[in-house]
Amino acid sequence: MTNRRPLELTVNGRSRSIEVLAHHTLLDVLREDLGLTGTKECCLVGECGACTVLLDGHSVDSCLVLGVEADGASVTTVEGLAVDGRLSPVQRSFLETGAAQCGFCIPGQLVSAHALLTDAPHPTRAQVEEGLAGNLCRCAGYEQIIEAVLMAADAADADAIADDDLAARSARLRALGDRAATPDAELAPQ
Amino acid sequence: MRPFEYERPSELAQATSLLAEYGPEARPLAGGTDLIIRLRDGSLRPRVVVDMKGIDELDGDIRDDDGYLRFGALTTMTDIAADSRVRRDYPALAESALFVGSVQIRNRATLVGNMCNASPAADTAPALLAYGALIVATGPSGTRHLPLEEFFVRSGVTTLARGELVVAIELPRPTSSRGSVHLRRTRRRGHDLASVTLACAVTPDGKTRIAYGSVGPRPVLAIDDSGRLADPSLPDTDKAGLLDRLFAGASPSPTSMRASPEYRLAMLRVLGLRGVKAAIDRLASAQAP
Repeated sequence: MTNRRPLELTVNGRSRSIEVLAHHTLLDVLREDLGLTGTKECCLVGECGACTVLLDGHSVDSCLVLGVEADGASVTTVEGLAVDGRLSPVQRSFLETGAAQCGFCIPGQLVSAHALLTDAPHPTRAQVEEGLAGNLCRCAGYEQIIEAVLMAADAADADAIADDDLAARSARLRALGDRAATPDAELAPQ
Repeated sequence: MRPFEYERPSELAQATSLLAEYGPEARPLAGGTDLIIRLRDGSLRPRVVVDMKGIDELDGDIRDDDGYLRFGALTTMTDIAADSRVRRDYPALAESALFVGSVQIRNRATLVGNMCNASPAADTAPALLAYGALIVATGPSGTRHLPLEEFFVRSGVTTLARGELVVAIELPRPTSSRGSVHLRRTRRRGHDLASVTLACAVTPDGKTRIAYGSVGPRPVLAIDDSGRLADPSLPDTDKAGLLDRLFAGASPSPTSMRASPEYRLAMLRVLGLRGVKAAIDRLASAQAP
């Protein structure tokens, strides 16, 4: 059975014209046909949110959308959040707060956070919790993630953090990360 | 996922003839948040998936329509929860739509799909039943309207005929003030299927419409027009007996993973009393000058 179908869509601002199998999901298409592996495959039942992308501006679980359903649509993945090499406010604040632990859920968290802040530029903590309820973090780093989203909302007001400032902060964060790793090392069995 | 043919008809007649031709081997696709899970796990193996999103006659609009508020086949839970008319006149529906899944799910999941899957735990079914929803179905032999309580048979099975599609859901516009609410119990707060779900609507004529789900093969509507349930002065102990009669349609499965039958029935009674009280309170504030 041949069920390849033409698919034309815009991904991160770029027009793409490909052929896809009808039973392949948008997640499959992004990762396998377009090589955009920032979007993660995890639960495949719409519970974890690791595959979250924007479809015509709305956050969706790309594991629950067929590729062919996205014909004519505009898709934004985590790779499309940074503009001209400049990280988006949520990306910056995730770095700032150390919201990424193992990192696997972070692309989905970032896309959901981006969608939330687009709809509600000044969310309450409860709105952030609800806005990200469809994104599970197996490291349970929810506090830092919520803090990061709230911080991004503030940072957007202050016209974001300057780039070189960010580089300096990233360096400090790396140093902090090194130090934070020490207690665990000390607790490990000798 | 097993391969299937994908059709995206542009006319309703094409869709209904595909569904008529393939019968149970065709599945309509709207939001896909249930269908794609079942295509992947193999519990559904259709030969053809018929995408409804290209059909000219179908839309996702919520429209005032001659005494009804009409929800197009593609109306999403996000749109329902945000609609000011729904929030004002059908708050239990807005509340239940907000309980569905997560933001990502609500951005895709449709109200019509929630009915057509005919899950006993469908979050929006009790509210729609309490508000007297009508299903608008179109098939090879024309269009018909049927009350939602005549739509559900059992989990996954409806009274839709071969070739029929639900093109809209209509809610009668309220003719008086009304107090209504949606409540549910889940194992955990947030993203979970309901162990018990209930909606209650009270009107000034003393009528109480109470609908409940996840406690049997299909959601159930029961009506008390004695005026006693809606009476704010009647004690809960008396109301509990009235409610037990309305809950006669509950028959929770002993094999369900989410909750035991005993727990569900006990919680149904709790939600019943809470629902009636909340609906009465809301009616009182709606009538307050």
